[in-house]
Amino acid sequence: MDFLKVLKEATPMLIEGVRLTIGISLLSLMIGVIVGLLSCIMGMSKNPVLKGISAVYIWLIRGTPMIVQAFVVYFGVPQLIQKMVPGFTLTAFVAGVITLSLNAGAYLSEIFRSGIEAVDPGQIEASRSLGVSSRITMTRIVLPQAFKITIPSLVNQFIITIKDTSILSVIGMAELVNKAKIYVGSTYQFFATYILVAVYYLVIISVLMIVSKFVEKKFSYDKQ
Amino acid sequence: MTNSNFSDNKKVIVRDLHKSFGNLEVLKGVDLEIAEGEVVCLIGPSGSGKSTILRCLNRLEEPTSGTIIVDNYNITDKKTDINKVRENIGMVFQQFNLFSHMTVKQNIMFAPVKLKKMTSEEAEKVAVRLLERVGLADKVDYYPRQLSGGQKQRVAIARSLAMKPDIMLFDEPTSALDPEMVGEVLAVMKELAAEGMTMVVVTHEMGFARDVADRVIFFSDGNIVEEGTPEDIFDSPKSQRTKDFLSCVL
Repeated sequence: MDFLKVLKEATPMLIEGVRLTIGISLLSLMIGVIVGLLSCIMGMSKNPVLKGISAVYIWLIRGTPMIVQAFVVYFGVPQLIQKMVPGFTLTAFVAGVITLSLNAGAYLSEIFRSGIEAVDPGQIEASRSLGVSSRITMTRIVLPQAFKITIPSLVNQFIITIKDTSILSVIGMAELVNKAKIYVGSTYQFFATYILVAVYYLVIISVLMIVSKFVEKKFSYDKQ
Repeated sequence: MTNSNFSDNKKVIVRDLHKSFGNLEVLKGVDLEIAEGEVVCLIGPSGSGKSTILRCLNRLEEPTSGTIIVDNYNITDKKTDINKVRENIGMVFQQFNLFSHMTVKQNIMFAPVKLKKMTSEEAEKVAVRLLERVGLADKVDYYPRQLSGGQKQRVAIARSLAMKPDIMLFDEPTSALDPEMVGEVLAVMKELAAEGMTMVVVTHEMGFARDVADRVIFFSDGNIVEEGTPEDIFDSPKSQRTKDFLSCVL
Protein backbone atom coordinates (compact mmCIF):
# COMPACT_ATOMS: atom_id res chain seq x y z
CA MET A 1 0.00 0.00 0.00
CA ASP A 2 1.34 3.39 -1.08
CA PHE A 3 -0.43 5.19 1.70
CA LEU A 4 1.09 3.18 4.50
CA LYS A 5 4.55 3.47 2.96
CA VAL A 6 4.22 7.21 2.49
CA LEU A 7 2.76 7.62 5.96
CA LYS A 8 5.72 5.85 7.47
CA GLU A 9 8.42 7.43 5.34
CA ALA A 10 7.18 10.99 5.00
CA THR A 11 5.69 11.62 8.42
CA PRO A 12 8.84 12.79 10.22
CA MET A 13 9.53 15.29 7.44
CA LEU A 14 5.94 16.45 7.15
CA ILE A 15 5.61 16.89 10.91
CA GLU A 16 8.55 19.29 10.76
CA GLY A 17 6.61 21.17 8.11
CA VAL A 18 3.46 21.13 10.23
CA ARG A 19 5.40 22.60 13.15
CA LEU A 20 6.65 25.46 11.02
CA THR A 21 3.21 26.01 9.51
CA ILE A 22 1.65 26.28 12.96
CA GLY A 23 4.51 28.41 14.30
CA ILE A 24 4.51 30.91 11.47
CA SER A 25 0.70 31.08 11.54
CA LEU A 26 0.58 31.87 15.24
CA LEU A 27 3.40 34.40 15.06
CA SER A 28 1.96 36.13 12.00
CA LEU A 29 -1.55 36.22 13.44
CA MET A 30 -0.29 37.76 16.67
CA ILE A 31 1.62 40.45 14.79
CA GLY A 32 -1.26 40.74 12.32
CA VAL A 33 -3.76 41.43 15.12
CA ILE A 34 -1.55 44.24 16.45
CA VAL A 35 -1.00 45.68 12.96
CA GLY A 36 -4.72 45.33 12.25
CA LEU A 37 -5.70 47.11 15.46
CA LEU A 38 -3.26 49.94 14.77
CA SER A 39 -4.48 50.30 11.20
CA CYS A 40 -8.08 50.21 12.42
CA ILE A 41 -7.46 52.93 15.02
CA MET A 42 -5.61 55.03 12.43
CA GLY A 43 -8.40 54.51 9.92
CA MET A 44 -11.06 55.64 12.40
CA SER A 45 -9.10 58.66 13.66
CA LYS A 46 -9.90 62.17 12.54
CA ASN A 47 -6.31 62.84 11.44
CA PRO A 48 -6.26 62.73 7.62
CA VAL A 49 -2.61 61.60 7.46
CA LEU A 50 -3.21 58.58 9.73
CA LYS A 51 -6.43 57.82 7.89
CA GLY A 52 -4.55 57.99 4.58
CA ILE A 53 -1.75 55.66 5.70
CA SER A 54 -4.29 53.08 6.82
CA ALA A 55 -6.31 53.36 3.61
CA VAL A 56 -3.25 53.05 1.32
CA TYR A 57 -1.94 50.07 3.32
CA ILE A 58 -5.24 48.20 3.05
CA TRP A 59 -5.54 49.13 -0.62
CA LEU A 60 -2.06 47.83 -1.48
CA ILE A 61 -2.48 44.56 0.38
CA ARG A 62 -5.98 43.81 -0.84
CA GLY A 63 -5.17 44.90 -4.35
CA THR A 64 -2.21 42.54 -4.90
CA PRO A 65 -1.84 38.75 -4.67
CA MET A 66 0.05 37.45 -1.66
CA ILE A 67 2.50 35.58 -3.84
CA VAL A 68 3.62 38.91 -5.35
CA GLN A 69 3.86 40.46 -1.88
CA ALA A 70 6.05 37.54 -0.79
CA PHE A 71 8.37 38.06 -3.78
CA VAL A 72 8.58 41.79 -3.12
CA VAL A 73 9.44 41.26 0.56
CA TYR A 74 11.87 38.37 0.02
CA PHE A 75 13.64 39.37 -3.22
CA GLY A 76 12.71 42.99 -3.89
CA VAL A 77 13.15 44.77 -0.59
CA PRO A 78 16.60 43.25 0.24
CA GLN A 79 17.86 44.29 -3.21
CA LEU A 80 16.80 47.86 -2.48
CA ILE A 81 18.40 47.85 0.97
CA GLN A 82 21.60 46.29 -0.38
CA LYS A 83 22.32 49.62 -2.09
CA MET A 84 22.73 51.14 1.38
CA VAL A 85 23.64 48.08 3.43
CA PRO A 86 25.74 45.75 1.25
CA GLY A 87 25.05 42.06 1.75
CA PHE A 88 21.65 42.60 3.39
CA THR A 89 19.32 39.62 3.11
CA LEU A 90 16.17 38.38 4.77
CA THR A 91 15.72 34.74 5.70
CA ALA A 92 12.70 33.02 4.17
CA PHE A 93 11.24 32.76 7.65
CA VAL A 94 11.49 36.48 8.42
CA ALA A 95 10.24 37.45 4.96
CA GLY A 96 7.40 34.96 5.36
CA VAL A 97 6.32 36.33 8.73
CA ILE A 98 6.45 39.92 7.43
CA THR A 99 4.37 39.05 4.38
CA LEU A 100 1.80 37.03 6.26
CA SER A 101 1.49 39.58 9.11
CA LEU A 102 1.02 42.51 6.76
CA ASN A 103 -1.48 40.51 4.76
CA ALA A 104 -3.54 39.36 7.75
CA GLY A 105 -3.26 42.83 9.34
CA ALA A 106 -4.99 44.53 6.41
CA TYR A 107 -7.93 42.15 6.41
CA LEU A 108 -8.16 42.15 10.21
CA SER A 109 -8.19 45.95 10.20
CA GLU A 110 -11.33 45.89 8.08
CA ILE A 111 -12.89 43.20 10.29
CA PHE A 112 -12.24 45.26 13.43
CA ARG A 113 -13.61 48.42 11.83
CA SER A 114 -16.81 46.77 10.69
CA GLY A 115 -17.22 45.20 14.15
CA ILE A 116 -16.91 48.54 15.90
CA GLU A 117 -19.26 50.19 13.43
CA ALA A 118 -21.80 47.41 13.95
CA VAL A 119 -22.26 48.28 17.63
CA ASP A 120 -25.57 50.09 18.11
CA PRO A 121 -24.89 53.85 18.52
CA GLY A 122 -27.56 53.82 21.24
CA GLN A 123 -25.11 51.88 23.43
CA ILE A 124 -22.63 54.75 23.17
CA GLU A 125 -25.30 57.38 23.84
CA ALA A 126 -26.51 55.51 26.93
CA SER A 127 -22.99 55.37 28.33
CA ARG A 128 -22.17 58.99 27.50
CA SER A 129 -25.48 60.19 28.96
CA LEU A 130 -24.45 58.68 32.30
CA GLY A 131 -21.36 60.89 32.30
CA VAL A 132 -18.90 58.19 31.21
CA SER A 133 -15.96 59.44 29.11
CA SER A 134 -15.59 58.44 25.47
CA ARG A 135 -12.45 56.43 26.27
CA ILE A 136 -14.12 54.25 28.92
CA THR A 137 -17.19 53.95 26.70
CA MET A 138 -14.92 52.62 23.96
CA THR A 139 -13.07 50.09 26.12
CA ARG A 140 -15.94 48.89 28.30
CA ILE A 141 -19.01 49.17 26.09
CA VAL A 142 -18.04 49.25 22.41
CA LEU A 143 -15.02 46.94 22.16
CA PRO A 144 -16.47 44.00 24.14
CA GLN A 145 -19.57 44.06 21.94
CA ALA A 146 -17.55 44.54 18.76
CA PHE A 147 -15.38 41.56 19.67
CA LYS A 148 -18.40 39.30 19.97
CA ILE A 149 -19.69 40.49 16.60
CA THR A 150 -16.35 39.84 14.91
CA ILE A 151 -15.62 36.33 16.26
CA PRO A 152 -16.90 34.49 13.16
CA SER A 153 -14.99 36.79 10.76
CA LEU A 154 -11.87 36.57 12.90
CA VAL A 155 -11.95 32.77 12.81
CA ASN A 156 -12.43 32.93 9.06
CA GLN A 157 -9.39 35.16 8.65
CA PHE A 158 -7.32 32.93 10.93
CA ILE A 159 -8.19 29.95 8.74
CA ILE A 160 -7.25 31.85 5.58
CA THR A 161 -3.93 32.90 7.11
CA ILE A 162 -3.10 29.32 8.13
CA LYS A 163 -3.78 28.12 4.60
CA ASP A 164 -1.89 31.05 3.07
CA THR A 165 1.31 29.84 4.73
CA SER A 166 1.41 27.29 1.89
CA ILE A 167 2.00 30.14 -0.58
CA LEU A 168 5.24 30.88 1.26
CA SER A 169 6.67 27.63 -0.14
CA VAL A 170 7.51 29.71 -3.23
CA ILE A 171 10.16 31.66 -1.32
CA GLY A 172 11.59 28.47 0.12
CA MET A 173 9.91 28.51 3.50
CA ALA A 174 10.22 24.95 4.81
CA GLU A 175 6.55 24.60 5.74
CA LEU A 176 4.22 21.68 5.11
CA VAL A 177 3.75 22.01 1.34
CA ASN A 178 7.43 22.62 0.74
CA LYS A 179 8.39 19.54 2.72
CA ALA A 180 5.87 17.51 0.72
CA LYS A 181 7.31 18.81 -2.55
CA ILE A 182 10.75 17.68 -1.51
CA TYR A 183 9.50 14.21 -0.60
CA VAL A 184 7.48 13.89 -3.82
CA GLY A 185 10.52 14.97 -5.83
CA SER A 186 12.38 11.82 -4.88
CA THR A 187 9.54 9.31 -4.58
CA TYR A 188 6.90 10.44 -7.13
CA GLN A 189 4.15 9.50 -4.63
CA PHE A 190 1.98 12.45 -5.63
CA PHE A 191 -1.45 11.19 -4.66
CA ALA A 192 -0.70 9.69 -1.28
CA THR A 193 1.61 12.53 -0.22
CA TYR A 194 -0.69 15.40 -1.11
CA ILE A 195 -3.72 13.65 0.39
CA LEU A 196 -1.71 13.32 3.58
CA VAL A 197 -0.83 17.04 3.42
CA ALA A 198 -4.52 17.86 2.98
CA VAL A 199 -5.36 15.77 6.05
CA TYR A 200 -2.78 17.63 8.12
CA TYR A 201 -4.33 20.99 7.15
CA LEU A 202 -7.78 19.62 7.93
CA VAL A 203 -6.66 18.57 11.39
CA ILE A 204 -5.00 21.93 12.18
CA ILE A 205 -8.03 23.91 11.02
CA SER A 206 -10.51 21.59 12.73
CA VAL A 207 -8.76 22.20 16.04
CA LEU A 208 -9.06 25.95 15.45
CA MET A 209 -12.75 25.59 14.64
CA ILE A 210 -13.40 23.62 17.82
CA VAL A 211 -11.62 26.27 19.90
CA SER A 212 -13.60 29.02 18.19
CA LYS A 213 -16.92 27.28 18.87
CA PHE A 214 -15.92 27.19 22.51
CA VAL A 215 -15.09 30.92 22.51
CA GLU A 216 -18.34 31.74 20.72
CA LYS A 217 -20.25 29.81 23.35
CA LYS A 218 -18.51 31.72 26.12
CA PHE A 219 -19.66 34.99 24.55
CA SER A 220 -23.24 33.93 23.88
CA TYR A 221 -24.42 35.89 26.91
CA ASP A 222 -27.52 37.14 25.20
CA LYS A 223 -29.02 33.82 24.13
CA GLN A 224 -32.42 33.31 25.73
CA MET B 1 -43.40 82.23 30.77
CA THR B 2 -41.92 82.58 34.24
CA ASN B 3 -39.66 85.43 35.20
CA SER B 4 -36.03 84.54 34.57
CA ASN B 5 -34.77 86.67 37.47
CA PHE B 6 -35.68 83.88 39.84
CA SER B 7 -33.06 81.57 38.44
CA ASP B 8 -32.22 79.97 41.82
CA ASN B 9 -34.88 77.32 41.53
CA LYS B 10 -34.51 76.95 37.78
CA LYS B 11 -33.10 73.58 36.78
CA VAL B 12 -33.04 74.29 33.08
CA ILE B 13 -32.82 77.55 31.18
CA VAL B 14 -32.79 77.51 27.39
CA ARG B 15 -32.30 80.72 25.44
CA ASP B 16 -32.74 81.15 21.69
CA LEU B 17 -31.73 77.57 20.91
CA HIS B 18 -31.12 76.79 17.26
CA LYS B 19 -30.20 73.43 15.82
CA SER B 20 -29.71 72.53 12.18
CA PHE B 21 -28.86 69.24 10.52
CA GLY B 22 -27.25 70.36 7.28
CA ASN B 23 -29.74 72.67 5.64
CA LEU B 24 -32.62 71.48 7.76
CA GLU B 25 -33.37 73.75 10.69
CA VAL B 26 -34.95 71.58 13.38
CA LEU B 27 -35.01 74.03 16.30
CA LYS B 28 -35.79 77.65 15.52
CA GLY B 29 -34.94 79.74 18.54
CA VAL B 30 -36.49 77.87 21.46
CA ASP B 31 -36.83 79.56 24.86
CA LEU B 32 -37.65 77.34 27.80
CA GLU B 33 -37.34 77.26 31.56
CA ILE B 34 -37.94 74.37 33.87
CA ALA B 35 -38.20 74.74 37.64
CA GLU B 36 -36.91 72.34 40.23
CA GLY B 37 -39.37 69.51 40.82
CA GLU B 38 -41.40 70.39 37.77
CA VAL B 39 -42.72 67.69 35.44
CA VAL B 40 -42.87 68.97 31.89
CA CYS B 41 -44.33 66.97 29.03
CA LEU B 42 -43.37 67.83 25.47
CA ILE B 43 -45.99 66.78 22.95
CA GLY B 44 -46.26 67.38 19.25
CA PRO B 45 -46.09 65.73 15.83
CA SER B 46 -43.13 63.53 14.85
CA GLY B 47 -40.27 65.48 13.36
CA SER B 48 -41.26 68.65 15.18
CA GLY B 49 -37.94 68.73 17.06
CA LYS B 50 -39.12 67.73 20.53
CA SER B 51 -36.63 64.86 20.82
CA THR B 52 -33.87 67.09 19.49
CA ILE B 53 -34.42 69.69 22.19
CA LEU B 54 -34.34 66.96 24.84
CA ARG B 55 -31.07 65.61 23.43
CA CYS B 56 -29.60 69.12 23.46
CA LEU B 57 -30.23 69.33 27.21
CA ASN B 58 -27.42 66.83 27.88
CA ARG B 59 -25.55 67.72 24.71
CA LEU B 60 -26.01 64.36 23.04
CA GLU B 61 -26.90 66.77 20.28
CA GLU B 62 -24.59 69.75 19.76
CA PRO B 63 -26.68 72.96 19.54
CA THR B 64 -25.95 75.16 16.53
CA SER B 65 -26.44 78.33 18.57
CA GLY B 66 -28.08 79.55 21.74
CA THR B 67 -27.54 78.99 25.44
CA ILE B 68 -28.49 76.08 27.67
CA ILE B 69 -27.99 76.20 31.40
CA VAL B 70 -28.60 73.03 33.40
CA ASP B 71 -27.97 72.91 37.16
CA ASN B 72 -26.33 76.34 36.85
CA TYR B 73 -23.76 74.94 34.39
CA ASN B 74 -23.64 76.58 31.01
CA ILE B 75 -23.42 73.41 28.93
CA THR B 76 -23.18 75.34 25.68
CA ASP B 77 -19.87 76.72 26.91
CA LYS B 78 -17.09 74.54 25.46
CA LYS B 79 -15.11 74.86 28.69
CA THR B 80 -17.80 73.12 30.75
CA ASP B 81 -16.93 69.52 31.64
CA ILE B 82 -19.99 67.94 30.08
CA ASN B 83 -19.32 64.54 31.68
CA LYS B 84 -19.60 66.09 35.15
CA VAL B 85 -22.92 67.75 34.29
CA ARG B 86 -24.26 64.56 32.69
CA GLU B 87 -23.75 62.68 35.96
CA ASN B 88 -26.70 64.68 37.28
CA ILE B 89 -28.89 64.35 34.20
CA GLY B 90 -30.49 60.95 33.78
CA MET B 91 -31.73 59.94 30.37
CA VAL B 92 -34.14 57.21 29.30
CA PHE B 93 -34.29 56.29 25.63
CA GLN B 94 -37.04 55.02 23.38
CA GLN B 95 -34.95 51.95 22.51
CA PHE B 96 -33.86 51.34 26.15
CA ASN B 97 -30.18 51.00 25.17
CA LEU B 98 -29.30 48.64 27.98
CA PHE B 99 -25.72 47.40 27.67
CA SER B 100 -26.33 44.06 26.01
CA HIS B 101 -23.14 42.37 27.24
CA MET B 102 -23.89 43.09 30.90
CA THR B 103 -26.43 41.65 33.31
CA VAL B 104 -29.15 43.88 34.74
CA LYS B 105 -27.09 44.42 37.89
CA GLN B 106 -23.91 45.22 35.95
CA ASN B 107 -25.86 47.69 33.82
CA ILE B 108 -26.88 49.60 36.93
CA MET B 109 -23.49 49.38 38.66
CA PHE B 110 -21.39 50.35 35.63
CA ALA B 111 -21.47 54.16 35.74
CA PRO B 112 -21.45 54.70 39.54
CA VAL B 113 -18.47 52.36 39.93
CA LYS B 114 -16.56 53.57 36.85
CA LEU B 115 -17.03 57.19 37.85
CA LYS B 116 -15.97 56.37 41.41
CA LYS B 117 -19.23 57.55 42.92
CA MET B 118 -19.56 54.29 44.83
CA THR B 119 -17.57 51.17 45.65
CA SER B 120 -18.89 48.06 43.93
CA GLU B 121 -20.39 46.86 47.23
CA GLU B 122 -22.32 50.11 47.60
CA ALA B 123 -23.34 50.06 43.94
CA GLU B 124 -24.58 46.50 44.27
CA LYS B 125 -26.77 47.47 47.22
CA VAL B 126 -28.10 50.45 45.27
CA ALA B 127 -28.79 48.21 42.26
CA VAL B 128 -30.76 45.72 44.32
CA ARG B 129 -32.71 48.48 46.05
CA LEU B 130 -33.54 50.22 42.76
CA LEU B 131 -34.62 46.95 41.16
CA GLU B 132 -36.95 46.32 44.08
CA ARG B 133 -38.35 49.77 43.57
CA VAL B 134 -39.13 49.15 39.88
CA GLY B 135 -40.46 45.67 40.71
CA LEU B 136 -37.67 43.62 39.16
CA ALA B 137 -35.79 42.29 42.18
CA ASP B 138 -35.89 38.78 40.72
CA LYS B 139 -34.11 39.82 37.48
CA VAL B 140 -30.80 40.98 38.96
CA ASP B 141 -28.67 38.49 37.04
CA TYR B 142 -30.63 38.42 33.80
CA TYR B 143 -29.24 39.72 30.54
CA PRO B 144 -31.25 42.41 28.71
CA ARG B 145 -32.23 40.01 25.91
CA GLN B 146 -34.05 37.87 28.45
CA LEU B 147 -36.38 40.72 29.47
CA SER B 148 -39.56 42.09 27.96
CA GLY B 149 -39.62 45.64 26.64
CA GLY B 150 -41.36 47.00 29.71
CA GLN B 151 -38.87 45.28 32.00
CA LYS B 152 -35.96 46.65 29.97
CA GLN B 153 -37.28 50.16 30.23
CA ARG B 154 -37.73 49.85 33.99
CA VAL B 155 -34.13 48.63 34.27
CA ALA B 156 -33.04 51.59 32.13
CA ILE B 157 -34.80 53.94 34.55
CA ALA B 158 -33.11 52.20 37.49
CA ARG B 159 -29.74 52.54 35.73
CA SER B 160 -30.25 56.30 35.40
CA LEU B 161 -31.40 56.65 38.99
CA ALA B 162 -28.29 54.88 40.27
CA MET B 163 -26.31 58.04 39.48
CA LYS B 164 -28.69 59.96 41.77
CA PRO B 165 -29.55 62.52 39.09
CA ASP B 166 -31.56 65.59 39.98
CA ILE B 167 -33.18 65.83 36.60
CA MET B 168 -34.47 63.05 34.35
CA LEU B 169 -34.99 63.24 30.59
CA PHE B 170 -37.37 60.76 28.96
CA ASP B 171 -37.27 60.41 25.18
CA GLU B 172 -40.52 58.70 24.19
CA PRO B 173 -39.99 56.03 26.85
CA THR B 174 -43.08 53.99 25.96
CA SER B 175 -43.14 54.35 22.16
CA ALA B 176 -41.30 51.08 21.50
CA LEU B 177 -43.40 49.05 23.93
CA ASP B 178 -46.27 46.66 23.39
CA PRO B 179 -49.46 48.33 24.62
CA GLU B 180 -49.84 46.06 27.65
CA MET B 181 -46.39 47.09 28.92
CA VAL B 182 -46.87 50.82 28.74
CA GLY B 183 -48.64 50.93 32.09
CA GLU B 184 -45.83 49.40 34.14
CA VAL B 185 -43.32 51.96 32.84
CA LEU B 186 -45.64 54.91 33.30
CA ALA B 187 -46.34 53.74 36.87
CA VAL B 188 -42.64 53.96 37.71
CA MET B 189 -42.44 57.41 36.13
CA LYS B 190 -45.51 58.56 38.05
CA GLU B 191 -43.90 57.48 41.28
CA LEU B 192 -40.75 59.40 40.41
CA ALA B 193 -42.79 62.51 39.69
CA ALA B 194 -44.59 62.16 43.00
CA GLU B 195 -41.24 62.05 44.78
CA GLY B 196 -40.39 65.46 43.36
CA MET B 197 -37.98 64.57 40.57
CA THR B 198 -37.55 67.22 37.91
CA MET B 199 -38.65 65.52 34.70
CA VAL B 200 -38.77 66.42 31.03
CA VAL B 201 -40.79 63.89 29.10
CA VAL B 202 -41.20 63.69 25.35
CA THR B 203 -44.29 61.56 24.95
CA HIS B 204 -47.27 60.53 22.91
CA GLU B 205 -49.05 59.30 26.05
CA MET B 206 -51.64 62.05 26.44
CA GLY B 207 -53.20 60.34 29.45
CA PHE B 208 -49.87 60.43 31.26
CA ALA B 209 -49.31 64.08 30.32
CA ARG B 210 -52.73 65.00 31.62
CA ASP B 211 -52.35 63.10 34.91
CA VAL B 212 -48.76 63.78 35.81
CA ALA B 213 -47.45 66.89 34.08
CA ASP B 214 -47.28 70.23 35.83
CA ARG B 215 -46.92 71.82 32.43
CA VAL B 216 -47.59 70.61 28.91
CA ILE B 217 -45.73 72.12 25.99
CA PHE B 218 -47.04 71.70 22.47
CA PHE B 219 -44.14 71.72 20.05
CA SER B 220 -44.42 72.04 16.30
CA ASP B 221 -42.15 73.04 13.40
CA GLY B 222 -39.12 73.65 15.58
CA ASN B 223 -40.66 75.82 18.22
CA ILE B 224 -43.05 76.01 21.14
CA VAL B 225 -46.54 76.75 19.89
CA GLU B 226 -48.38 76.74 23.17
CA GLU B 227 -47.79 75.81 26.77
CA GLY B 228 -49.75 75.65 29.96
CA THR B 229 -51.28 73.34 32.54
CA PRO B 230 -52.68 70.06 31.18
CA GLU B 231 -56.17 71.56 31.55
CA ASP B 232 -55.19 74.62 29.48
CA ILE B 233 -53.72 72.54 26.67
CA PHE B 234 -56.11 69.60 26.54
CA ASP B 235 -59.40 71.29 27.42
CA SER B 236 -59.05 74.75 25.96
CA PRO B 237 -56.18 74.94 23.48
CA LYS B 238 -55.82 78.39 21.95
CA SER B 239 -53.80 77.73 18.83
CA GLN B 240 -55.40 76.11 15.80
CA ARG B 241 -52.35 73.88 15.32
CA THR B 242 -52.69 72.53 18.85
CA LYS B 243 -56.37 71.87 18.26
CA ASP B 244 -55.64 70.03 15.00
CA PHE B 245 -52.96 67.91 16.65
CA LEU B 246 -55.08 67.04 19.65
CA SER B 247 -58.08 66.14 17.52
CA CYS B 248 -55.87 63.55 15.80
CA VAL B 249 -54.41 61.94 18.90
CA LEU B 250 -57.16 62.14 21.51
